[in-house]
Amino acid sequence: MSAAGAVSHRPPDALSPGLDLDGIRADFPILHQEIRGRPLIYLDNGATVQKPQVVIDTVSRFYREGNANVHRGVHTLSQRATEAFEGARAKVQRFINAAHSREVVFVRGTTEAINLVAQSYGRTHIRSGDEVLITELEHHANIVPWQLLCQQTGASLRVAPIDDQGDVIFEEYVKLLGERTRLVAVSHVSNALGTINPVRRMIEAAHEHGAPVLVDGAQAAPHMAIDVQALDSDFYAFSGHKVYGPTGIGVLYGKAALLEAMPPYQGGGEMIRRVTFEETQYAPVPFKFEAGTPNVAGVVGLGAAVDYVCGIGLEAIAAHEATLLHHATGALTELGGIRIIGTAREKASLLSFLVEGAHAHDIGTIMDHHGIAIRAGHHCAMPVMQHFGVPATARASFAMYNTLDEVNALVAGVRKVQELFAL
Amino acid sequence: MNDLRDLYEELILEHNRNPRNYPKKPEGTNHSAHGFNPLCGDEFHVHLRVEDGVVQDVGFEGAGCAISTASASMMTQAVKGKTVEQAEELFSNVHALLTDESAHDTSDPTELVGKLSVLVGVKDYPMRVKCATLAWHTMHAALDDQRGTVTTE
Repeated sequence: MSAAGAVSHRPPDALSPGLDLDGIRADFPILHQEIRGRPLIYLDNGATVQKPQVVIDTVSRFYREGNANVHRGVHTLSQRATEAFEGARAKVQRFINAAHSREVVFVRGTTEAINLVAQSYGRTHIRSGDEVLITELEHHANIVPWQLLCQQTGASLRVAPIDDQGDVIFEEYVKLLGERTRLVAVSHVSNALGTINPVRRMIEAAHEHGAPVLVDGAQAAPHMAIDVQALDSDFYAFSGHKVYGPTGIGVLYGKAALLEAMPPYQGGGEMIRRVTFEETQYAPVPFKFEAGTPNVAGVVGLGAAVDYVCGIGLEAIAAHEATLLHHATGALTELGGIRIIGTAREKASLLSFLVEGAHAHDIGTIMDHHGIAIRAGHHCAMPVMQHFGVPATARASFAMYNTLDEVNALVAGVRKVQELFAL
Repeated sequence: MNDLRDLYEELILEHNRNPRNYPKKPEGTNHSAHGFNPLCGDEFHVHLRVEDGVVQDVGFEGAGCAISTASASMMTQAVKGKTVEQAEELFSNVHALLTDESAHDTSDPTELVGKLSVLVGVKDYPMRVKCATLAWHTMHAALDDQRGTVTTE
């Protein structure tokens, strides 16, 4: 019996004393169902995480009892909805330790947050001959908006390379920073490799060249405590649905001074102070960037999600997920014939891998047959796949509610793949 | 259909391990097409040499999952030596077999497409039907001299 196997005999909640795993699992109704006749094992948390009952109830209660438009009615319901909406903004502010609640802009998700910065900040600050610096491990959401910006302005996109472990080569990154660098955009955690980038150091280096930094926190916010002030990040983006909140809502954090100097991203209601046909005065931040009726229920649900995550505690969540990742990495490595893509020094809770002789999609289907949901594909990070010379990988990604038994089921599923595809 | 073996039948696994007419572009190829499913990354080129209305030779290049590779391999075996009309009919039958619910219920798939009927297991995994049909659509496009890239996503 391997060391990894021995761990599995412990009861699941003995592995992370800080976490009441049974209690947490009871909070997620979707987990208690069968897929193809087997208990669902959900390991596609990097794509989206499941929602606790309290988030589902909060959204439902909002529509049953509190629905109204915000910031415009004088009636009681509208006032209540506005309070819930702005209350959620304050919760998000605390969640990422922003200095002011007006630095929290609600958007549809990480992608929209990045596009907002590219189009609003980018088009007013970046000109022909300037440079935008990203890294090789970015997903498409942190590549394409910058390509669009570069096409529009004549700026050029520079890419800091990664090594074969999946770490950004820091010296190369520093070399690419220069007087032409107008903006740096970097993922906090890679969605395809799990690499945790040293964003604090990267930001410090960029600031020495006067370049502001956008951190894409989509894969980081669910797994580690975020402190935008400690990071000194200029912009920070994340999605609600990856932090146990609803889909269609996300957050752009921006330093107040930057946001205030930026032009609006979209025009419409809510973002104005006074409109005549000759000119429009814009509302102050964050409302300047929230044109139209916002996703009020999504924001209120996100507030409940943030409360839930903070109630469990990100330290305990991170420790639990690190145990799962460590166990999965060890057990898969022990099987032999497995190539793990992404072996960075610091990793968050996801594991990209290949099984010799089997395509990632076949792995995904065989897992699905066993009730195990994993991602198989290029993870919207084709350049990362190109770096490692593979069309796709299988990816298991963990959340607070996953157990060691589920990791063992994953390993058993991989063994089944190996049997079927034995050469 | 509960057994995974029904999808990953030995025949499919075997064709995946040893794809026929692969990688191959027959000499004198006069019909080619490119098939690509960008979301999953499966990508094939199908080449045919058609003379006097008969598929004299056929081959494919590229890479994909076991389902798409085996399906492509079996396709090349199935259409080789057939007339263009027969190849097109086979394409229609396979397509119907994999995508049309009623086709499976009302007719015996082995009668319709022979041993290609092993591909029917894919119907239990709707996300994978596109894998099984990619090479067939690419072959159809090649015979039809369609330009551009074929996709089944």
